[in-house]
Parts: sequence; C-alpha cells; structure tokens
Amino acid sequence: MSTLRPQGPVAEEQFGLMKLTILIMVLVVVIVFAIAVYVIIRFRRRPGDKSIPAQVEGNHKLEIIWTVIPIILLIILGVPTVKSVFGLAKDYTKDPNAVQVKVTAHQYWWEFEYPNLGVKTAQELMIPNDAIISIEAKTADVLHSFWIPSLAGKIDTNPGGNVNVMYFEAPKTGVYLGKCAELCGPSHSLMDFKVKVVDRASFDRWVAAMKNPVALPADAEVAELLNKQCLSCHAIGGNGGPAFPNLTGIGSRESVAGILMNTDQPQYKNEGTVKDNLIKWIEDPQAVKPGTLMPKVDLTKEQIEAISDYLAGLKLEY
Amino acid sequence: MAHGHAVKRYSGLMDWLTTVDHKKIGILYLLAGGFFFLVGGLEALLIRIQLWKPLNDFVAAHTFNELLTMHGTTMIFLAAMPMIFALMNAIVPLQIGARDVAFPFVNAIGFWTFFAGGVLLNVSWFAGGAPDAGWTAYAPLSTPTYSTTHGLDYYVIGLQIAGIGTLVGGINFLVTIINMRAPGMSFMRMPMFTWTSFITSALILFAFPALAVGLAAMMFDRLFSGNFFEPTNGGNAVLWEHIFWIFGHPEVYILILPAFGVISEVISTFSRKRLFGYSSMVFATVLIGFLGFMVWAHHMFTTGLGPVANALFSIATMLIAVPTGIKIFNWLFTMWGGSIRFTTANLFAIGFVPTFVMGGVTGVMLAAAPADFQYHDSYFVVAHFHYVIVGGLILGVFAGLFYWWPKMFGRMLDETLGKFCFWTFYIGFHLTFFVQHFLGLMGMPRRVWTYLDGLGFNNLNLISTIGAILMGIGTIAFLLNVVITALKPKNASNDPWEDGRTLEWTISSPAPEYNFLQTPLVRGYDAFWKEKMEGKKAMVPAEPIGPIHMPSPSILPFVMSVGLFIAGLGFMYAKGDYGTGIWASILNNHILAIFGLAITLGCMFLRSVYDDHGFHIEPDELHGDKGVKA
Repeated sequence: MSTLRPQGPVAEEQFGLMKLTILIMVLVVVIVFAIAVYVIIRFRRRPGDKSIPAQVEGNHKLEIIWTVIPIILLIILGVPTVKSVFGLAKDYTKDPNAVQVKVTAHQYWWEFEYPNLGVKTAQELMIPNDAIISIEAKTADVLHSFWIPSLAGKIDTNPGGNVNVMYFEAPKTGVYLGKCAELCGPSHSLMDFKVKVVDRASFDRWVAAMKNPVALPADAEVAELLNKQCLSCHAIGGNGGPAFPNLTGIGSRESVAGILMNTDQPQYKNEGTVKDNLIKWIEDPQAVKPGTLMPKVDLTKEQIEAISDYLAGLKLEY
Repeated sequence: MAHGHAVKRYSGLMDWLTTVDHKKIGILYLLAGGFFFLVGGLEALLIRIQLWKPLNDFVAAHTFNELLTMHGTTMIFLAAMPMIFALMNAIVPLQIGARDVAFPFVNAIGFWTFFAGGVLLNVSWFAGGAPDAGWTAYAPLSTPTYSTTHGLDYYVIGLQIAGIGTLVGGINFLVTIINMRAPGMSFMRMPMFTWTSFITSALILFAFPALAVGLAAMMFDRLFSGNFFEPTNGGNAVLWEHIFWIFGHPEVYILILPAFGVISEVISTFSRKRLFGYSSMVFATVLIGFLGFMVWAHHMFTTGLGPVANALFSIATMLIAVPTGIKIFNWLFTMWGGSIRFTTANLFAIGFVPTFVMGGVTGVMLAAAPADFQYHDSYFVVAHFHYVIVGGLILGVFAGLFYWWPKMFGRMLDETLGKFCFWTFYIGFHLTFFVQHFLGLMGMPRRVWTYLDGLGFNNLNLISTIGAILMGIGTIAFLLNVVITALKPKNASNDPWEDGRTLEWTISSPAPEYNFLQTPLVRGYDAFWKEKMEGKKAMVPAEPIGPIHMPSPSILPFVMSVGLFIAGLGFMYAKGDYGTGIWASILNNHILAIFGLAITLGCMFLRSVYDDHGFHIEPDELHGDKGVKA
C-alpha cells in the first residue's frame, strides 16, 4: 500500500515529483551539513584562546550566491509542479470511456455507487484494470479524505453539495488498501477500505452478478429475523433499505466492516474467517469500531450464528 | 527624600498577582508556559505509548482523539506562545535600553487572560471530556451535531480568552519597540532578537484577529445555533478551514521567528563574531513575515480548491525557502572564522541549524501540490511540523533559556546537566520524528488511534516511542537543573558569558526593577561590544541620574481575567437542563455569564476613572548602583 511503490500512473507521477524534490533537498541538506560540520570542527575555540576574530559584516557575493541558487532550484521544482497540478486536475466525469464512481464517505464506512451501471456497494471498490476511474467524492456527515496510497493521492470529501473530482488508473490487478485521511471521529483510524482491481471480463461479470436477485435464507425464521433486524438499514440485492452499507456479495469481500480481514489463516488480532468476522462484528460493533452507528442488535448467539452463516454465503461469481 | 505620594508595595504572592514589571511577567509566562509544556508533553507520551504496538488499546479511541487535540492546542497556544512571550518580556526591553514595556498594565492583562484561557481549556478534562476534533477543529466534526459534549465549547472560549492575551501582548511589543528604543538605537541597530520579536508582534496583530473572528463564529454556532459552518443549514465547512489557516499559517512564523532571533544572538555571542549579513537577515525576516500571509491554502491542497489556487499557493510556499535559506547560510558564516565556544546554549543553537534545515526542506517537498496529495494528513506531515516546531522553536527556546537564565534569575544553569539535557533531548527528538517521515510515505495517516499489524509500521513506531521517552528524560534533566540552580547563590555577573554584545549584558543580573539607572547612548550595532572593543567597561549614559518613574502594581488585570473565566463557564453551561433549582435560574438565564462579564467591565471602569500616575524612585534610593555622571 506504500506511496513508495506506486501501482498506477497517477501515483507514479506523484512519486516522480517526490523523487525530484527529495533529490534536490538531499543535495541542500548535504551541503548545509558539510559546511556545518566543517565550521564546528575548524573554528572551535581552543582552551585559553582570547583572540577576537575579525568582525565580518557580510559578503555581497556570497549572499547573492545563496539567494540565486535556491531560486534556480525552485524553478527546476516549480515548473513540473505546476504542470502536474493542472494535469491531475483533469475532469473525466463526462468521459463515457471512464468508469464513473460516486464515493460517499460516512462515519465510518465508504459507499461506492456506479451511476452508469446502476450498482451500489460498500467498503470494497471494484474496478477494471483497463479504464480511467473517475471519482466524484462527497460526504454524508463530517469531513473524510479518500486515499489509496499506492494508486493515487487523496481528496477530501466535503459536505453540502461541494463535490470533489479526481481520477486514477490501476493497470495491475490485485487488492489495494484504501484509507480515510481526515480526522472524522473515534474510529477514524479504522475507516479502511479495499480497492479490488480485476480484468474487464471479471468486472462485467461482477456488475451483472450485483444486479441478480438474491434469495433470502431458506429457513423462514432466519429470513424473518433478517428482514426485521438487518434489512431495515442494509440492502441485499433488491431487498432492504439504502441508508447503510449494501451487503450484496459480502461473503466474497476482503473484509467485514472494512477492518476485520477475511482469511482462512488468521495471523493477527483483526483477522479471521468471513463467518467469524461477521459474528465478531454483529455481537458487539462498538468493540470493533468505537462510535459506529451500527447498534448492538438484540439477538441470541444462535441467531447471530445463523445470520452470519447466511451472509458469509452471499458470494458473487466474477 | 520620601515619595511624593504613598505607594502600595506588595510582597509574596500578592507581588506576583499584581506585578506590572516586564521581568516578573516574563517569569510568570515562563512558569505557566513551562507547566503547560509538561502537560502537553505528558499527553504526547500517552499518545506514543498507545502507538508503540499495533492494535494497542492502552487508551480508548475517543480519549486518544482528546489527547491529540489537547496536545496540539496546548503545545501551540499554551506552551510555545507563552515561552516566546517569556523571552520577549524578559529580554526585549533590556535589549533596546528601555525601563519597561510601553503599557505595563496591558502587559499584565496579556499574561492573566492567557493564563485564564489556558486553565479554562484544561478544565475540560475534568468536566465531561476535552475537545476531540483536532487542534484545527474542522467543521462539521466540531459542530454541535457531531460534537455533543462541552469539549469544543472549552476550545472556542478558552482559546478566545487566551487569544486576547496574545493580541494585546503583540500590540504592546510593537509600541514598545517603535517608541522606547534608547537614543541612538535606530531600527538597523536593533539586536536580531528584538527585530524578530518586532516582526512576530506585527504578525500577531494581523493573524490573531482572524482567529478571534473564526472562534467567535464557531462560538455562535455552538452556543446560539448560528450556522456559519453547519452545512445542513447552509453554512460552509470549507470557510472554517480558510479562516483557521489564514490565522494558522502566520502562527507558524509567529512561533519560529523569535527562535530565529535567539539563534542569531546565541551563535554570534559564542562565536565571538558579529552576525554575518545583518541587513540581509533583517530583510529575510520581514520577507518571511510578509510571505507567511500568502500561503495558508497549502494546508488545503486536498480540499479541492482547483488547480489555479493549488499552483499559486505551491509557488508562493516554495518562495519562502529563499529567505529561510539566506538565514541558514548567514548563521553558518557567522560561525565561519569565529571562535566557537560550546556552551549548552550554543549546543542547542548549533543543533538547531541542521534540524531546522531538515524541517525546511520537507516543507518545500510538501509545497509541491501533487506530491502533497500523497503526503497530506500522513505522518510525513507530522514529522515535518515537529521538525519545525520542536526542532526549530523548542531548541531555540532552550538555547534562549540557557543563554538568558543568568539575566532572568541571576544564576547560571548547570552546564554538565545542561549538556546531558541537550544530548538526550536532541537524540530523542531525531529518533522520534525522523522515522515518522517514512511512516507517512508508507501510508500511515496522522491522528490515528491505532494501526493494523502486518503493514510494516511496527518497528518504526516502536523507535518513535523510545525517542519520545528520551525527550521526556531530557526535559526532566532540565527541570532538575532549574531546581539545583535555584538552590545556588545569585552570583552571576553583568556579562556572565564574557562575550555579550547587546545592552542586556551591561546591567546587573538579574536586572534591577528600573533596568537602566541611566538610559544608555547607543553608538552602533552590537552596542555593548562596540564599547568593549574601544576599551570601555560600560555604556555612555544618555541622561543624568534622576528620579525614575515607575508604574504602580495592580490587581485589576488578574481580576479581569477571573471575570472572563467565569463568563466563559457561564456561557458554556447556559443551555443545559438543570431542572428547576437555583442552578437552573442562574445558568439558564445567563446570570453567571453576565456576572463574569460585569466583573471584567467593572475593572475596566475602575481603571478608567481612577488615575494612577505611578511613583518615582528617587536618586538617593538607588542604592548599590554607581551612576556615571553625564
């Protein structure tokens, strides 16, 4: 996920500028350090030295040199900066070839809507590897900031119709870590998301699968429970409400609640199988993400297990 | 001869509560600033302990946000600012040959309002929760919708009261430096520390009103349901960002410029050499102050201001590197050819130069907007501003304290313990913050309560925590040094470093109440050095010995700030539900708030109608000092 290992052209351009600045700045630091060390050693006061050094007022030639050289260095730096500022500000929101994504940040989750494809998902941004991804970002509550370190720099999500746009490309398939970069409340540090880059055919299959109707649990009791307790807020396929994270295909996502990583070989505290993670999350959301709006629903252990079973089974073929 | 009229003289605690003497106010600023520095440092240590390993739960998530908010707010407003004011108060009047500041009474108000605001802010810890929206308090997180405790109320009102103190302090120093210089001290003969204090005061004059307006607007939002920054009711959250940073960026230069001044004085003194390129130094200071107002949006590159704004603010920000570079090379060439003595003060000053360069170059890196999209709000930024503020300002303050301690207290700080303090603090500092550059580049956002395992953050965070503990040890060594020194006899000579160049070293340590028995005549830059080089031991006086006019002490400044403190609490708690008892009628009807304001306004009225012309110290009372006949 590091910015130092860019995985797409936008992050690469930014990394290039970073390398240029680091190079120039290391040069400056080395020169200053060298002079400083030389001066400190060469002109240290020897014991008993009572002499008065020459009281030099200044030296115009030297002073001009260390004014002009920084100016030249800044021009070297300033030109590509300005070029890149305008380059990265290109607006692809009207481009039919770009994949349009509306990002809405919430305390503490991410909503991804594909307006042209009629699909909405949460926590996991699915994108193809062969197109420009055009982002329109806003927030539903407080300020957040949308950041995928290895793919592109961040953009703040502002409230009140103040929509920010950015774009990036991800030519290499794989899973990338995304983060919230603006203090947004107690669970700011836990507001991670994933970016899953797949090839075009998989992406198309995923879009189709997202639109397929999803069957409710076979057990009528669990279905009833799900309807009453979960679907009042969450959507699964065509069922349920839109206010909170869409759960369609949650079984094949990389994480639960953006922070509990799904894996069959758990290594760290925040890892587990999909089902274990779902149980952990539903049992006590506040323990996983302090301040989350997800309430601790009044369910028995068996009910939580049954719902988690069902949700873990919601997998998409793509 | 007796006094013309009776003079109230206090002793003990009352002396300190009523003093209008700039030297005593300087000590008060130092005590209060030092105390808040320890509080902020403790908060920093708790933050670092929480982050020493991944997924730690040493403190709760919301407590962590309170800690980081209070750490930033405390360090900037309640530790760094007052320590700067401590040095300015203690030294600037002495450097320009003045007997006090222009408005001694206002000076006392400045201190006491700052102190009342600072205490009020910290009361929040014990009153249901500290502010938790970051020291920047970005809306909407800071609006009543998302922040339902009183924490942010303490923030807006505490800072508003403390801000009054800073603003009047800044105005006071502007007037003092313009009007009260000794005969012959033209602007271009002023010591560098006085120059930087002057520019800092000018920046305060223009920057703090912006903060006052922003805080007032936010106060209306919070207390009276105003909608300046509440987007759901047509307010604008980005507006707060602008207002905050229009104040916030100059604030950075308000803090660092006096440190530049200290470094200039210390390096020049201990190199036994005139400051290299004095006039370019002055020019660079003015230019930094000027440019400092035109770069605020570089804190907002990711806000979405558009490419034109981003490009302009990028370039403007980079330009600041030029005058800063001039200063760095001037310091290096002041040492060049000199005879450098490594006192603790000078170690801090020399240590400052490369450290500040590193903070400066990362500043230029951040100025490149597209790259900033990656750096912004990551630990890279945390590393950068700690290099500038701790590596710049705090090292400068330490240098200044070791350098001027004898002038403030009449005793020299212990050098051995001082050097131990320097090395632990300095090494600890670099351990803590150097690795944070890499954490940021690797993708660790700032203000995070915890981080996941397996991302490669673990070791660097551990190193950072160890460094923070070392800095803590360094700070304890300094405190120990202060205590040990306080137990020693007052024996510092007028010019204890023997290479003093400026006017403060011509008078006794600590300076007498009236500073200068006779106002000195200044005949050039580095006035005292010039006299010494011509074989003289003292300054040529510019006036005969005569009665010295002194301002009267007064308790009013203290009472005024107590009034503001009470009013602040009254406003904050006016909206709560207290049932029907006596508290409900007092609080809900704003009676407590009005009572507090009445105290303050009453004091202002008293001050206006009661003429206090001060008193005179007659020549025959000036015992101990041998005057030179003019």
